[in-house]
Amino acid sequence: MAFRDGPFENIKVPLAWTAAVVVVVALIASIVMIVGDRGTAAGRGETGPVRAGFVAVAGPVGGIFAAPVRWTGAVGDHIGGYFFAISENRRLKAENAELKQWRDQAIAMKTVNERYEALMGIRTDPPVPMAAGATVQDSRGPFARARLIDVGAGKGVRIGNPVMNEHGLVGRVVGTTAGISRVLLLTDVASRTPVLIERTDQRALLTGDASANPRLAYVRGTGLKAGDRVLTSGDGGGFPRGLPVGIVAKGVDGSWRVKLFSDRGAVDYVRVLLFQSFGQLADPNGLNAPPLAGLGSAPPPNANEAAAISDAMTRRTAADAAATAARDRRIAEANADRQTPLPAQTQTAPSPDSRPAPLPSATDQAPTPVPGARG
Amino acid sequence: MAVRVVGPMSWIGWPTLLAILLTVVLSTPVSLFGLNLPQPVWPMVLAFAWPLIRPSMVAPAVLFGLGVFLDLFWGGILGLWPLSLIAVYGIMLAARNLMVGQETLFLFVLYAGSTLFAFLLAYVIVTVAIGNAPSLISLASQVVPTLILFPIADWMIQRFDDGDVRFR
Repeated sequence: MAFRDGPFENIKVPLAWTAAVVVVVALIASIVMIVGDRGTAAGRGETGPVRAGFVAVAGPVGGIFAAPVRWTGAVGDHIGGYFFAISENRRLKAENAELKQWRDQAIAMKTVNERYEALMGIRTDPPVPMAAGATVQDSRGPFARARLIDVGAGKGVRIGNPVMNEHGLVGRVVGTTAGISRVLLLTDVASRTPVLIERTDQRALLTGDASANPRLAYVRGTGLKAGDRVLTSGDGGGFPRGLPVGIVAKGVDGSWRVKLFSDRGAVDYVRVLLFQSFGQLADPNGLNAPPLAGLGSAPPPNANEAAAISDAMTRRTAADAAATAARDRRIAEANADRQTPLPAQTQTAPSPDSRPAPLPSATDQAPTPVPGARG
Repeated sequence: MAVRVVGPMSWIGWPTLLAILLTVVLSTPVSLFGLNLPQPVWPMVLAFAWPLIRPSMVAPAVLFGLGVFLDLFWGGILGLWPLSLIAVYGIMLAARNLMVGQETLFLFVLYAGSTLFAFLLAYVIVTVAIGNAPSLISLASQVVPTLILFPIADWMIQRFDDGDVRFR
């Protein structure tokens, strides 16, 4: 029997009501998704299989549209270079002359710095390997500022790796697949980057708010000036110390903001720093092991070592016994002093003539001969 | 003359695919003279126009899928845009009998109100979830391009609302 021939033949549900039911179900599903995603909202990492799978598909699709743009840009640069070759040559010569002075200073400072490091025994950060990639998709909305780049876990990229262009820090990796990674930009509302002011060594937290210039929050101390250079501080181990970030500027709302170096050029090509902090490099099992755990696997001592150990133990026991006896003696002496009655003292009012004894001045004190002193 | 039948593919399927395509294209990292491509919320047009064209069970379900697509593609909080878009759809569906047949200027005011409501909802959710309010300037940079899309919504309403007498 067909449905239309049954008892429900004459039941007609208004279309608006059925649509409303779907709307309510969709609203509930949306709220559940938001609540479920709040745990990862701060980092918004592509750790889930749905996000990772979507990014793995969306990345190559974005690359199809980004490739012609990149080619067009390259052609534009070529034509511009042809027409402006002379002026560009003059500019580069002037810049080169200036940079030579900086190079000489850098070489001199590097030599001095190496000597200081050797003298002080400083452990410097090891060189950080990098992986280069191109941007294939760009989110520029107020609620998400992120980019997809065409390098992923296949080239060693991990979640948390810093991303730079040729001018400065761009952001950090928040999700990876085999060939695509998502980069959370410094301007995203969820971005927090520990930074320092180069001139004063003040610490602050670079906080994105989806504007072009992220805000400096929790600035320690005073004395911040517009034009100060901002670097990553390396606090927390997420970023290496000293990556260039930008220049301090006063915002229209009166807050301190940072003009990012990375905005000086296109971020179509970026470098991912395959950085791991010392904290990540350390073996946690080794750090958590008992301090003398190696004794369990140590070879037995020979006769000389056994004699030395026995001698040391005897000396240590004798020293402990002597210390205990001395302590008991001091306690007994203190108890004896407490049991002795003090002589009665009468309180008399000080007479007007009575004056406190003058303190001995430095000139009054006779020099005490120091054994072995000469002169 | 035969009656022209406008199927769901015409007013739901193709606009959905077009919205996805345009979202992907406008997410291309292009910078001309320091300016980037605008990035409007294309499904907002559909969330406004679909309930005025005709109540449907398919439309809100597709709109939900479009919202999930936006969240995954842009890397936002999952569920943010589905909630905002479905909220606009629901309000328009509830007020459908009052809104159908109004003149274009009134529809634009309605569209602007719906768009602002959706963005306000998303703004509040992001602020609460992340604990940091986005800049109002950046908010305007996405609201304004979305408002400019109103002629498309108006064209869809005129085209499909009058295109099939069964929609009345």
